[in-house]
Order: sequence, then C-alpha cells, then structure tokens
Amino acid sequence: MKTDELVAALSAHIEPVNRKVISRTVYIALAAGTAVALGIMLVGLGVRADLMTARALIFLLLKLAFTVGIVGVASVYLIRLARPGGERRTSSISALMPFAAIVLLAAISLGLAPSSHWNRMVMGDEWLECLLSIPIIAIVPFAVIIAAVRRAAPTNLVRTGAFAGLIAGGVSAMAYALHCTDDSLPFVAVWYGGTIVLCTLAGAALGPRLLRW
Amino acid sequence: MTTHETELKALMLASLDGDGASHRALLERLSRRLRAYYKGKLAGIGRDATEAEDLVQEAVLAIHIKRHTYDPAEPLTPWVHAIARYKLIDFLRRSRASFADVPIDEADEIMAHDDNVSAESTYDVRRLMERLPKNMRCSIEAVKLEGQSIAEAAQRCGISESGVKMNIHRGLKALAALIAQETRT
Repeated sequence: MKTDELVAALSAHIEPVNRKVISRTVYIALAAGTAVALGIMLVGLGVRADLMTARALIFLLLKLAFTVGIVGVASVYLIRLARPGGERRTSSISALMPFAAIVLLAAISLGLAPSSHWNRMVMGDEWLECLLSIPIIAIVPFAVIIAAVRRAAPTNLVRTGAFAGLIAGGVSAMAYALHCTDDSLPFVAVWYGGTIVLCTLAGAALGPRLLRW
Repeated sequence: MTTHETELKALMLASLDGDGASHRALLERLSRRLRAYYKGKLAGIGRDATEAEDLVQEAVLAIHIKRHTYDPAEPLTPWVHAIARYKLIDFLRRSRASFADVPIDEADEIMAHDDNVSAESTYDVRRLMERLPKNMRCSIEAVKLEGQSIAEAAQRCGISESGVKMNIHRGLKALAALIAQETRT
C-alpha cells in the first residue's frame, strides 16, 4: 500500500477526540484498583480491632499520609509518562519525597529509643504478613493501572512500568494499613517502604513487556 | 517556534476537533518529514533505506491511533518525534538490530527535512486485513477504504453505528499489530 493511500484511508470520517481521556482513564483505574485492594483487605484480613483507639488512629493516619502521598505524586507522573515523550519533562525525584520523609522520621524515632528496643521496633509482630500482603494485594491494582496506560502511548516503558508498580504498591499498602497493627515508624519505613519499592521494581521489569504498542 | 510547528499544530488541533481535511493535510505533511527522518536514520546505521516506507506507515498509523495522547498545551514536534523514535527503536529491536546504535537526536530533527517520494510499503494491507475479525474488516473496508458513511457501514456490516466506530478503532490497532509482526525480519 502507498503511504498516500493509507493517509487518505485514515482521514475518512474522523471523529472528534476527547483530550482529557488519558487522565480520566488513569483516575478511574486508580479508583477501581483502590476499591479492589480495600475489598481484598476486608475479606482476607479484616480491619484492625482497635481501630477506634487514639494510638491506632494516629498511626493509621501516618501510614495513610505516607501511602496516599506516594500514590498522589506518582499518579501525576504516570499521566505525564503515558504520553509520547512525557519522560522528557519528568524528573522523578519528588516521587522519592514520601520515602525520604518516612526514613527520616524512622531514624529520629530509633534515635530517641534505647537500642534494646530497636529490633522490636523494626520487626514488629507481623513483618512476614506485611511483606507478603502488600505485593499480593497490589497485583489487581497493578493490572488495572497497566490496562489504563496501555490505552495511552508511553515511550519510556521501564519508567512507566515502575510508576505503575509504585502506585499499585502504594494503593495496596494504603488498604493494608487498615489491617496492620504494627505501630512503629521504623516498621512502616522498612516493611511498607520496602514492599512498595519491590512493587516498583517489578513494575519496571514488566513494563517493557506489558506496555508495548 | 518554527513555522512548521505553528502550522502543523494548528492542523493537529483541528484534526482533534474532527476535521478530516486537516487530519489528512497533517498526516501528509508529517509523512514527508517522517520519510526524510527514517531514511536518514536507517542510512546512518547502515540499513537499507527501502525499509523506511514501512516505518513511515507504522508511524503514521501510530500517530492516527494515538492522537488522543497529544496534550494541546505542549508543542507538537516533541510528541511526533517521541512516536517516530519509539517506532524506530521498536522496529530495530524486532529486526534484531542493536538499538544502542541509534544516536540520541533532538526533537527538531523530525521537522528538519522533507521527502515527498511516496513509495510502496513491503506489506500488503488488504492481505493483512483478511486476518482481522469480520466486523472489524467490514467496518474498515466500508468507511476507511471505500469512503462510506458510518450509517451506511452499519447497515452493510449488520451492526450498530457505535459498533462500526468501535470496530474501526480496534481494527486499526489490530492492523498496526499485524503490520509490526509482518515487518519482523
């Protein structure tokens, strides 16, 4: 086929295009992913029993601030990365801010505690459950977000995949926070932060395969 | 800002509003730029320039299918360049060449030269279309190749008008994937 013929064919009966469609699709996917993550947490794990005590609420809010911060910043980047050439005007540095903040707070909290408490503060009661739950709950949100980004046209697939993984990990940790009773900053930094980083790396590894167009 | 950027962006905005004549003018002008770009790139890494036409058509098809990803607040040139370069790297990866050979280039390069020697691509779209599901094939043939209206196509293919639109959209995507497979050497 000649290129002129292709151009003529493509130009027949053009429909107007909705220019907001990318951000809308990503936000819908984010909402759907969050709903699924909450559903899995409610059915599989259940909300922590002491939710209404002051101490539990403070730590819940802190965990939510960390995870919502991650998801909020990363979503803005993901929508940029979903467009061709979006990586050129995106430096990903501010996506690290929530991590820097939690690590700093964890370090301060360890510094204020006697070193005999450190092991307990980092490992908590349920580090293994946290390590397994966050990546598992993240699977469905990740798939939904990838499906949304596939409708766009990212040109840096590793970085776009990484951000999809980061958001999925953040959404998952947000849901898991409602169940988790380990209330210490070092625990949140190591196990929440660590598993979200794992999700990010998995996303970066899968991105080129899942997002090609 | 160059005159190309200003003119082509105006065409792009009109095309996004559904103006077929602007869309055609845009794709025609971009295909000439893309041809010069790809011929230059392929020659630069010692590949046959006859492959350029396949790449031009892949990029034109991608620009058409992905036109909703253009952000009107941004200039058009970097967007076109990102697609053109992505398709080049994807093409070289498929054909097992090293894409590390592709030198970094500036977005302006995509608008730098014009080449209007339109040529035939190496694949046959009509033959590839036979591999599409019936409704997709019928919708694309009616509307895109024979210029029928959406309503006429709906009647001919025996599906709803929104079904025709959806089948054209999905069919073009499927066709782009088939072309990518076909040019895998």
